[in-house]
Amino acid sequence: MRQDHQLALVDSGGGPRSLRADISAIFEQVLGHPVQISDNTDIVEDLGMDSLGVMNFVMAIEDFYDISIPLDRIAQIETVGDLIHAVEDLRSGTPA
Amino acid sequence: MTILAKHSAYRHAYDTLLEHGVDPLNVRFDSVLSPTEGMLDGRRTILLGTNNYLGLTFDHDCIEKAVDATRSQGTGTTGSRVANGTYDGHMKLEEALATFYGRDHAMVFSTGYQANLGVLSTLVGRGDHLMLDADSHASIYDGSRLGGAEVIRFRHNSPDDLYKRLRRLEGAPGDRLIVVEGIYSMLGDTSPLKEIAAVKRETGAYLLVDEAHSLGVLGETGRGLAEAAGVEADVDFIVGTFSKSLGSVGGFCVSDSPDFDIMRIVCRPYMFTASLPPGVVASTLEALVKLQAEPELRVNLMRNARRLYDGLVALGFETGPEANPIVAVAMPNQEVAVVFWKMLLESGLYLNLALPPATPTNVRLLRTSVSAAHTVAQIDTALAIFADVGRRLGFLTSDRRRAGGAV
Repeated sequence: MRQDHQLALVDSGGGPRSLRADISAIFEQVLGHPVQISDNTDIVEDLGMDSLGVMNFVMAIEDFYDISIPLDRIAQIETVGDLIHAVEDLRSGTPA
Repeated sequence: MTILAKHSAYRHAYDTLLEHGVDPLNVRFDSVLSPTEGMLDGRRTILLGTNNYLGLTFDHDCIEKAVDATRSQGTGTTGSRVANGTYDGHMKLEEALATFYGRDHAMVFSTGYQANLGVLSTLVGRGDHLMLDADSHASIYDGSRLGGAEVIRFRHNSPDDLYKRLRRLEGAPGDRLIVVEGIYSMLGDTSPLKEIAAVKRETGAYLLVDEAHSLGVLGETGRGLAEAAGVEADVDFIVGTFSKSLGSVGGFCVSDSPDFDIMRIVCRPYMFTASLPPGVVASTLEALVKLQAEPELRVNLMRNARRLYDGLVALGFETGPEANPIVAVAMPNQEVAVVFWKMLLESGLYLNLALPPATPTNVRLLRTSVSAAHTVAQIDTALAIFADVGRRLGFLTSDRRRAGGAV
């Protein structure tokens, strides 16, 4: 875990852009096929994820960044942009 | 468009169920004959999905106590515990529960659902951290939202994932409360409580165990998984229900927390609802006596659970991981699940059809729960019905193999 955490910190040195690249890679891993995403991509509508898929995806994101996204925070996330903001906030220690 | 149109996705899902000519969410018993038999559409039906673990719903003494209490104290208290709704029986029941668990305090709620709602929303609030097993019951999820604590899910039955998430909270202010269940209601699997307790000790968190399905079922004296796992000293709060092994309705919480009684004036789901009727309190008290005085009930229960579980496995069905009184059979898809369930019902066997989102990981389940009151013959009849329906649907592994390319 600790290693992933360090890796993520280095990877996302360029800002939200590389965070999006990480998230895109995790989406592809969970969905099993390539995806095109932007900040406006709706996670449920556009990527066709069901609630179980979303939960698996969130757990994969949490493992990768060594964070826990609280339930009320997950409920607010609709788009990839929302997700990027949540991950940024949690990694910088901004309270939910 | 009506105000309820927002739920149309559920309407659609429900309608596809009804297309099979059954309504699994609206089964109507003409009469209930015993803890293990009822009449459905004029048919004598074995009840194999009622959570009636010790079969005490028709116990002579429990009924007599309920009748006596109803005659002498009336049908209801018509008031809250903090107003006119506390009778001698409510106090006696709380004392009996505390004594049974060897705890300093006990508090009775009007349902098990409200016990979780009340306890979770009062123990933790804004600034605290609530760590829930991902497969937690709806009452735990609902209770988690009522109190305003930060809610974090950990992977089902994974002490490692729990530990990782507690470690991430290092340095953050606020209390941590871990919530797990003794037996999970859908698959019948138990929590790895020894390991969870070790995580609790190492991280300084509090631990709550919901023993709804394990009270009277697990442990040397029936106190549940905490007793069976030998970690009662690590469990700070136990929540449970009267509506399964004790055969009535209501919920409770026991604890050694020295200031536990403050809950009585701050816990809203306890305060703002009518207390249990005297008859329910009386039968529950008697059932708790029976649970302790008749350990053979647990022996019969586990014998039946083992027989059903082994029988289903031998037939080639895919079951949950452990032979507990909840035995779930996995179905490949919703279509098969509904048809299978309907054919079981028409053959005189009632059990629960459990579909997403009520099930973990989107599985479709035929969920059974056995009772100490089932006879061995009833369990064998249930197995024979399962085998018959399985064969008729070409569902059993051996049949499928035999059928080969014909399917």
